[in-house]
Amino acid sequence: MSEQTNNSNEDSVISIRVMDIITALLFLAVGLTVMIGSLKLGASWGSDGPEAGYFPFYISLIIMLSSSVTLYQAAIVDKEKKAESFVSRESFKQVMAVLLPAIVFVLGVQLIGIYVSSVFYIAIFMVWLGKYPIWKAIVVSVGVSAALYLMFEFWFQVPLPHGSLFNPLEFFGVN
Amino acid sequence: MEEINALFSGFAVAMTPFNLLLMLIGVTLGVIIGVLPGLGGANGIAILLPLTFTMPPTSAIIMLSCIYWGALFGGAITSVLFNIPGEPWSVATTFDGYPMARNGKAGEALTAAFTSSFVGAFFAIVMITFLAPLVAKFALQFGPPEFFSVYLLTFCSFVGMNKGSPFKTISAMMLGFALATVGMDTVTGQLRLTFGNPELMRGFDFLIAVIGLFGIGEILLSMEEGLAFQGAAAKIRGKVVLETWKQLPKYWATSLRSCLIGCWMGITPGGATPASFMAYGVAKRVSKDGDQFGTGKMEGIVAPETAAHAAGTAALLPMLSLGIPGSPTAAVLLGCLLIWGLQPGPLLFVEKPDFVWGLIASMYLGNLAGLFVVLTCVPLFASILRIPFSIIAPVIIVICAVGAYTVHNATFDVWLMLGFGVLGYIFKKLDYPMAPMVLALVLGDRAEDSFRQSMLFSQGSLDIFFSNYLVAAITSIALLLLFWPLIGKLIGKKKAAKA
Repeated sequence: MSEQTNNSNEDSVISIRVMDIITALLFLAVGLTVMIGSLKLGASWGSDGPEAGYFPFYISLIIMLSSSVTLYQAAIVDKEKKAESFVSRESFKQVMAVLLPAIVFVLGVQLIGIYVSSVFYIAIFMVWLGKYPIWKAIVVSVGVSAALYLMFEFWFQVPLPHGSLFNPLEFFGVN
Repeated sequence: MEEINALFSGFAVAMTPFNLLLMLIGVTLGVIIGVLPGLGGANGIAILLPLTFTMPPTSAIIMLSCIYWGALFGGAITSVLFNIPGEPWSVATTFDGYPMARNGKAGEALTAAFTSSFVGAFFAIVMITFLAPLVAKFALQFGPPEFFSVYLLTFCSFVGMNKGSPFKTISAMMLGFALATVGMDTVTGQLRLTFGNPELMRGFDFLIAVIGLFGIGEILLSMEEGLAFQGAAAKIRGKVVLETWKQLPKYWATSLRSCLIGCWMGITPGGATPASFMAYGVAKRVSKDGDQFGTGKMEGIVAPETAAHAAGTAALLPMLSLGIPGSPTAAVLLGCLLIWGLQPGPLLFVEKPDFVWGLIASMYLGNLAGLFVVLTCVPLFASILRIPFSIIAPVIIVICAVGAYTVHNATFDVWLMLGFGVLGYIFKKLDYPMAPMVLALVLGDRAEDSFRQSMLFSQGSLDIFFSNYLVAAITSIALLLLFWPLIGKLIGKKKAAKA
């Protein structure tokens, strides 16, 4: 979402109309991708029935048709909607405050495993947004992580990611 | 009647100590999930599903459906006490529930809500007990064309019944189908739409989509307002419960009407949310005190809660007997059955009666257990919400990540979850409905299979969908619903032209 200010709503990051247009275009892109993929597989009647790409081809066709209509409606028919804001600057900041750390968290899950990442994630969230003292944050985050470990690794015997880059838990002698 | 016999054997299956314990755990977990934002019924079941892999399928589905009950009940707690609907279907409960709590009548409001939920669900379970086997028997005559026409009907009714743009509904739905086709094609064995990426070979799992769309998306949406949970205090004392129970029979007509609305909306792909709004609207118009709705009338709680629970339960009827879920949560339960190698649909009643009747029996018990748990533990659950958001939000996201990972032991799925979360956020705000997308993701493969088999019978001709009365009737209704928005507009224009 780019920082396009809207003419009537100063607080807005982007208008509903623009978002509608962008989304419709993305749908068209998805439809096109699926169509190309299904044409590669063959989208007609093979020797023993429909080929693998038959069903996806028609699905992509419908997606492209309906999103063209949505695009048309958003771009041309609903011109008055220019004024309505999709998200205001304040709300956008709040949403990003949750989304961006979550992205870093998932990156951490991939690289150093979920247990350590969740300790950092929860603790940093508590200190930064909740203004908690660091010792409290560490107690809660380590507690949650330990509870997860006990529940999943021991009780349910379901493994959770230990990190593809390196596993910090090995330093503690824990597998 | 053979249904009663079957039901009693089902009770025998359901009432083992292990299963009863699972029921209690499930209901408690469900209420907690229903109370927390970001973890909903569909989502919570999706996350807890991998934990049940080590249990026998009957016990697992009992626990999962009890989680469902708990979530149904739990949504009402936050609606009444905090004016925050814990679930989409509890929104209508806030209209009169929160004002009642503000007037100091939180205990009455909660009791009314829970009891109405119990009644609504009970009504629907009885209906399932007697109707499901009939529908299943009927559906045994279905062949691939009939099944496809029923799927078509399901999806077309989304388009027809949705208030928003039908084109957005179609786009969302088709996106779900497209995502469902990614991965290995079961018939030809070819890899579809993977573009050389090994991670995509597994395809898109509906569980990941559900966790992302309804979990992460929900949290992102709630974050817009920032969050401050300040709610009314609540203690449910025994005397209050009994007094409220004395008052409730007054509203028997509202209750019955709402049960019927709920059952209908549950069976057709409406779901609990539209059911609750419809019941509230109808009750408001029909009741003597209609204009006082919104200030804290008990009837205003009875109507939506009864309907929502009747609908949520009734959604399980088509899932069990036809293999077609009537709501996103039923869709997740359907997916669970598929994962365990059970084929929901008419054959399930024939091949695995123990499982089906055990499940139905557990619904009665779970409903009862749920009522008991919520009536006794409300202050405990309410206090969960007082945990500040800066702690709860990351914990919920961690839990969602765990849920997403444990489905296929793939970190890629956790990234997908985030992606679906952003998608859910955008879709919600732009009025793209998510339920048809999730249903398409769950049913896509089966719909495609029935389509292909039908095409094979007919050698490529679409006539097969009109080849006998049953199929033709269903297909025609489906097409009618599909074009309903158009028809509605044309009729409206004619009326305007005449006037």
